[in-house]
Amino acid sequence: MSTQREQADLFLAQVEQFANTMKESVGIPVVMDQKTGVRMWWDQREIKLKFLISIEKTFKFFEALAEGKLLATKCKKSGKIYFPPQVDCPDDPSDEAEWVELPKEGELLTWTVIYTKPYSFGHYPDYTVGIARLTNGVQVLAWVRETDPSKLKAGMPVKIEIVRRQPENYLTYEIVPVTEKQ
Amino acid sequence: MGRRVAIVGTGHSKFGVRNDVNIPELAYEAIRQALDEAGIEKKDIDLVVTGYVGGWSSEGLAPVVVMEYAGLTGKPAYRIEAACATGSAAIKTAHDAVAAGEADIALVVGVEKMNESPTPTVVEFIGRAGNYFWEFENFGLTFPGYYALYATAYMQKYGATEEDLCKVAVKNHYYASFNPKAQFPRQITLEQCLKSRYIAWPLKLFDCSPITDGAAAVVLASEEIAEKLTDSPVWIEAIGVSSGTSNLSRRPYFTNLPAAKIAAQAAYKKAGIDPENPVKYLDLAEVHDCFTIAEIMAYEDLGFAKPGEGYKLIREEQTYIGGVIPVNLSGGLKAKGHPLAATGISMAVDLTRQLQGRVEKGRQAEIKHGRALAHNIGGTGHYAYVTIYSLSKPRSA
Repeated sequence: MSTQREQADLFLAQVEQFANTMKESVGIPVVMDQKTGVRMWWDQREIKLKFLISIEKTFKFFEALAEGKLLATKCKKSGKIYFPPQVDCPDDPSDEAEWVELPKEGELLTWTVIYTKPYSFGHYPDYTVGIARLTNGVQVLAWVRETDPSKLKAGMPVKIEIVRRQPENYLTYEIVPVTEKQ
Repeated sequence: MGRRVAIVGTGHSKFGVRNDVNIPELAYEAIRQALDEAGIEKKDIDLVVTGYVGGWSSEGLAPVVVMEYAGLTGKPAYRIEAACATGSAAIKTAHDAVAAGEADIALVVGVEKMNESPTPTVVEFIGRAGNYFWEFENFGLTFPGYYALYATAYMQKYGATEEDLCKVAVKNHYYASFNPKAQFPRQITLEQCLKSRYIAWPLKLFDCSPITDGAAAVVLASEEIAEKLTDSPVWIEAIGVSSGTSNLSRRPYFTNLPAAKIAAQAAYKKAGIDPENPVKYLDLAEVHDCFTIAEIMAYEDLGFAKPGEGYKLIREEQTYIGGVIPVNLSGGLKAKGHPLAATGISMAVDLTRQLQGRVEKGRQAEIKHGRALAHNIGGTGHYAYVTIYSLSKPRSA
C-alpha cells in the first residue's frame, strides 16, 4: 500500500499532467474542479520550504541526547524548570539558567493516534503522540511507542527513551509504556 | 475606554470549497453586502482592518489585494492575525480604533481560501500552528491531533464518550441545514458520525470542522454615527482576551482551555454578567467548535456547565433552541465551515442577525435578553476572545 505522501504526490502529478495537456492545446495551464467544473489556474511557480533554525544556545540539549540524557534548563534562584529548554529566566532577568537532567520516569496524561498526516509526515505509518508527566512534574510531549490507543491508560507508568528517528536517522526522544513484565 | 461602538452592517459569503472565485472576489462578496446593509459608501470608511492567516493561499498580502479590488486603496489599513481567532482580533482592533476616536467608521474583513492548497499541505500548515520546533518538527501533530489530546484527557477524566462528542456534530449539522451560507447545510445522524473514519483517535471525520474558503465582513461605527445609520445597532458590549502557552505540554491541564476561562471572566466583568450564571443574561452563543470536544470544553470555560459536566449539556440537548442556552445556531465551525480569519467575523455577523431577529426560520433564537456571546479560540487555546454583543447600549464605553 502506498503512503499518504505517495498518494498526495500522485494526485498532484495527475493534475499537472492535465494542466500540461491544456498548455499544449490552448496555451493555458487550466484545470477543472472535478465536482463543479469551474476553472482554476495551475500555479506555474513552486517553492521548497526548509528552515535553518538556530540551536546555538541550546546545543547542550542535543549533545546530551547522544549520551542518552534528556536535559532541561533550571533558573538557579527561582528553581523553575523549563522544558522545552530556554536559556533566559523572564520571571527574574537577573536569574541565570543552568542545564539539569530530567528524570526518565513518569505517567501518561493523554494521547492520540494520527491517521491523517501532514504532508511532511506522510511517509510514516500511523503514529501515536502523547504527553507524559515526569516524576518532577515536568511535562513532555513526544511519540508514544504503541499504536493501539486502547492499550493506553491515563496515569499508566511510562519512561522516556532516547531514540534515532528513522528514516531520517537523527536523535530524538520517545515515550515508552512500562509493562509489568519489565 | 472612549466611545461606544456598534455593528451597523454585516456581510457573509457562502462558505465551502469556493473554486469559483479568487481571494479578492470572495472577500468582495462579504464587503459589498456589509456596505449595502450599513447604507454607506466607500468614501465613508476611515479604516480597513483585514484578518488573514494565509500560507495555504497564493496572496501574501491579501489585504491590499482585496482593498484594490474593492476600490478602497488609500485608506489606513493593516492585517491582523491571531490564528483561528483572527476574525475576533480584527474586530477588537477596529473596535479600539473607533472607541479611541481614530476612526468613525471602520470596515472589518476576514477572508481565507484554504482550498488553494491540497489537503495534506493544509493539514501541515495548521499542524505547524503551535510550537513548530518542539511539537511539530519531531512529532508531526495535526490540529485534529492536538484536540484529540484534549478529548482523550477529558474522556478519561469525566467518562464522556465518543457518542457524546458526535451529539455536538449532529446538533450543529441540524442548525446548518437551515443556513444557506453553510458549507454543509444538511443533517447527519449519530450513526453516520460514529461510523466515520478516525482522523486522530478518538476524533473522527465528523468530529472535525472542514477546510473552508469564505469571507465575512462587518461595519463598525461610533455611537453618534451608528444611531444615525440604523435604528437597531448591535453594540459591542465587552471583549475579553487572553492567551495560552505555545507548547501544549506546558498547559496546566488538558481538559479545558485556561485562556478561554480568563477571556470569559474579563468579558463577563465588563458586561456586568454574573459569571456563576451567565446563561441568564444571554439568548444564544456561537462557540469555537473546531472539533466537537472544543464545544464541550467551551460550555465549561464559559460557565454554561460546571467543570466536567459540559458533555451532559449536549447529552440532555440543552444547547438546542429551547434548552438552557442555544449554541451554534449557524451550524458552527463544524458544519458552517471554518475559514480561519473569517470565523470570528462570521460569528459577529450571525449573532448580529440573530439579535435583530432576521436569520432563517428553524435556527432563529428567541431574543429575550438582547445579548449574545461569541467565543473564538486561536490555535489550541493559544488565543482566546470572548465578545458580548448587545441590543442595548452599554452602560459605559
